[in-house]
Amino acid sequence: MNIYIKRKIINKLMCGAAFFSALLTLAPLISIFGYVISKGITSVNFDFFTHLPMPVGEHGGGMSNAIVGTLILIGLSCLWAIPLGVFGGVYLAEFGNNKFAAAVRFSADVLNGIPSIVIGIFAYTVFVLPMKSFSAISGAFALGIIMVPTIMRATEEMLRMVPFALREAALALGVSQSRMIVSIVLKTALPGILTGILLAIARIAGETAPLLFTAFGNRFWPQGLNQPIAALPLQIFNYAISPYDDWHRQAWAGALVLILMVFLISLLTRFVIKPKYRRKEMIWKQK
Amino acid sequence: MKIKSADLWFKKAAAILALSAAALVILLVCSMAYYALPAIRKFGLHFLHTSTWDPVKEIFGALPFIYGTVISSALALLMALPVSLGIAVYLAELAPCCLREPLSFLIELLAAIPSVVYGLWGIFFLAPFLRETVQPFLFRYFGFLPLFQGEFYGVGMLSAAIILSIMIIPTISSISREVFLTVPSAQREAALALGATRWETIRLAVLGYARSGVLGAVILGLGRALGETMAVTMVIGNRPEISGSLFAPAYTMASVIANEFSEATTDLYLSALIEIGFILFFVTLIINIAARALIWRVSAKIKAK
Repeated sequence: MNIYIKRKIINKLMCGAAFFSALLTLAPLISIFGYVISKGITSVNFDFFTHLPMPVGEHGGGMSNAIVGTLILIGLSCLWAIPLGVFGGVYLAEFGNNKFAAAVRFSADVLNGIPSIVIGIFAYTVFVLPMKSFSAISGAFALGIIMVPTIMRATEEMLRMVPFALREAALALGVSQSRMIVSIVLKTALPGILTGILLAIARIAGETAPLLFTAFGNRFWPQGLNQPIAALPLQIFNYAISPYDDWHRQAWAGALVLILMVFLISLLTRFVIKPKYRRKEMIWKQK
Repeated sequence: MKIKSADLWFKKAAAILALSAAALVILLVCSMAYYALPAIRKFGLHFLHTSTWDPVKEIFGALPFIYGTVISSALALLMALPVSLGIAVYLAELAPCCLREPLSFLIELLAAIPSVVYGLWGIFFLAPFLRETVQPFLFRYFGFLPLFQGEFYGVGMLSAAIILSIMIIPTISSISREVFLTVPSAQREAALALGATRWETIRLAVLGYARSGVLGAVILGLGRALGETMAVTMVIGNRPEISGSLFAPAYTMASVIANEFSEATTDLYLSALIEIGFILFFVTLIINIAARALIWRVSAKIKAK
């Protein structure tokens, strides 16, 4: 009889442990959100969005330049990463049954796995060293590299979900292949592709490491694409490791704004996406 | 005729854009190798096993950083693995249906938090908490171990490992959960029919079946931990020393690049830092390939059935 009781106890213990580990993971989540919201909300004010950072020792000021800088960096990286990612994905899905496509898929996986700080070094050697200056362009190049594989693989997955009957119907009507891809296949897969793009943007919005020695940061308004530019995550980092209390408060405010930005973008994906794709989206976010 | 040529151009354009992804990887390897070459030539293999890091005299050995990266990631894995497996088991097997989606959404949220925010939380909450509560406790009861000796700084190896483990839990748990969900229910039913308890069913039918997929998830998590920069840089204390104590500050490969890259004044200094990045690149590359091969094997096995 004893063995049955023992087995029952072990069963209860292990199931309890599984439940407990789920609870345990929620603890840091709640703590992080609690801190960011409680400390951030007292420091966010109108000035935060409209003023430049103040010099050391003076109170007040904001991060308006960093918010604008982050938006510029995101826009610039989208400019080159979206066409490359989407059309690369089109190639992989529509023409990609050869060795060449396998090599591209492998490269996308490699790019996806590279630590973001290494991508920063790469952008530094390609842009900053020849130009002899930190610049917005080099930052956008680094962020774009992070976006490309996500968008490419998301596009490929989504195009593969488009039923073949649709393609055949279009071709049977005498539409050319390129026209078929653009107006039938891409159009059908658009919500999924948009989700991939939004997730990529959400991911780069919070990236700091690749910007450390590319965009570099700046305490003034953006002066040009070949000049150093401020970014919200960079500013948070610099303020967080500084010794001034006032800057720490600003860092929390920045963290609150950054998290809201990232979640707003992630939330957008819930509206563009159909429920049946959702499972795929979750997997993509992980990679 | 016109249509045919338009199609051809379209295909060519798409191929070129696809190709540029491959070109980026090649360019990355070439340009980093080129700039790392001076350091590789000067120090050779000594770079990997000497621990002097002296920018003034231009002597560079990366051992403390390699040590810091390896130990912090290994510790993080050690802490994250049981917890992630617990979550995955709970979400895939035990949780009531109405809890599954919200809970997994909350755990995925952890993955969406930018790492600089983790760092901020680490500096102002985790490090003081460790310094005032956890480290004195560990010292009092386990102080005889060399692991838990020394000053209580708060920042150091322990806090870096804890932050890293929080950051990789969503990766490991969500992939493991996906793998568990692919286990055929016939397996579970067979175990239950033989009179196994719920836990025994999970251990024998689910965990056994999903082993290689879980291993893949773990390796993917490891890859993420090795390359994580900002959060670790903010809490590890940044001191290039090898110490047996978990309380002591340390330094990782990613954080030395983050901290010193824009201050690297001489070419050799820069080259040494780029070489560290290059090593990091190759290690994560191998790890990712291994993880993908494992996960791919699992999905191939499922397709074959």
